[in-house]
Amino acid sequence: MNLRSLCHRRSWIVVAVVASLVPSHAAFAASDQRTAGVVPLARYKQECAACHVAFPPGMLPADSWRRVMGDLPHHYGTDASLDEAAVSELVSWLGANAGTYKRVREAPPEDRITRSAWFVRKHDEVPAAVWKRPAVKSAANCAACHTQADQGDFNEHAVRIPR
Amino acid sequence: MTCSSLVRHVCAAVMAAALPIAVHAATPADLQAAYGALSGATAAPDRGQQLFTSRHGREWSCSSCHGAVPTQAGRHSSTGKSIAPLAPAFNPERFVDAAKTEKWFRRNCNDVMGRECSAAEKTDVIAWLRTLK
Repeated sequence: MNLRSLCHRRSWIVVAVVASLVPSHAAFAASDQRTAGVVPLARYKQECAACHVAFPPGMLPADSWRRVMGDLPHHYGTDASLDEAAVSELVSWLGANAGTYKRVREAPPEDRITRSAWFVRKHDEVPAAVWKRPAVKSAANCAACHTQADQGDFNEHAVRIPR
Repeated sequence: MTCSSLVRHVCAAVMAAALPIAVHAATPADLQAAYGALSGATAAPDRGQQLFTSRHGREWSCSSCHGAVPTQAGRHSSTGKSIAPLAPAFNPERFVDAAKTEKWFRRNCNDVMGRECSAAEKTDVIAWLRTLK
């Protein structure tokens, strides 16, 4: 067998194995709609993920993103100001990829992802003391527990709560 | 002076100080010199350290997130996210882009001091960071 046909055969094996591992569509429908399928814009990672995880745009509705991006000099207690070109590029991308899924459609208090009803419900098993641990510090510090958060993967199988 | 005009001045100064480099491929020494030229003062590393490690009537100092000696990773004071070392000898990506440097001085001086830093303050801070080996 030559190398080319070997590679071809291998790729089919990979497809078959992956297909067998993928759960049914219904199994990850909800979180899927908030997090999956959106490749972060390079500018988004560069400008926003310097201070916090690149929050998936589907976690907030378009109205919230518009307000957040409209007042970057006063961004949750810090100055996150950007030049106009960067803001307008980010606003378009966030608007186009904002959450429309029914649980995300309504703007959370203070436009905080962590105040969204779905976020609170998803984390209701986490004791208050865990949030206060030095390694966690803030509910916005997704990566403290969601070890794949920087890849946009918030699946609970990758959760490791620090001591 | 507005931010954008200051950026232009810094870029111009960097280019003047270190031609034929491109604006986005400056060195920490270039940027220190550019801010020094803008301020007309000689950089004083000890003043830079003092500014960096002190609070200025507000909740945070620069050290709150970068560490008192920023030769290793710091941690964002509100989000907890890791921040790569700031001292250029420990992180070759620091102070090599005039616009990026200007952006972070603007934001962070505002958070720490409630105002933008002067060119003299910036040249002092870079001078101190460059002494960390």
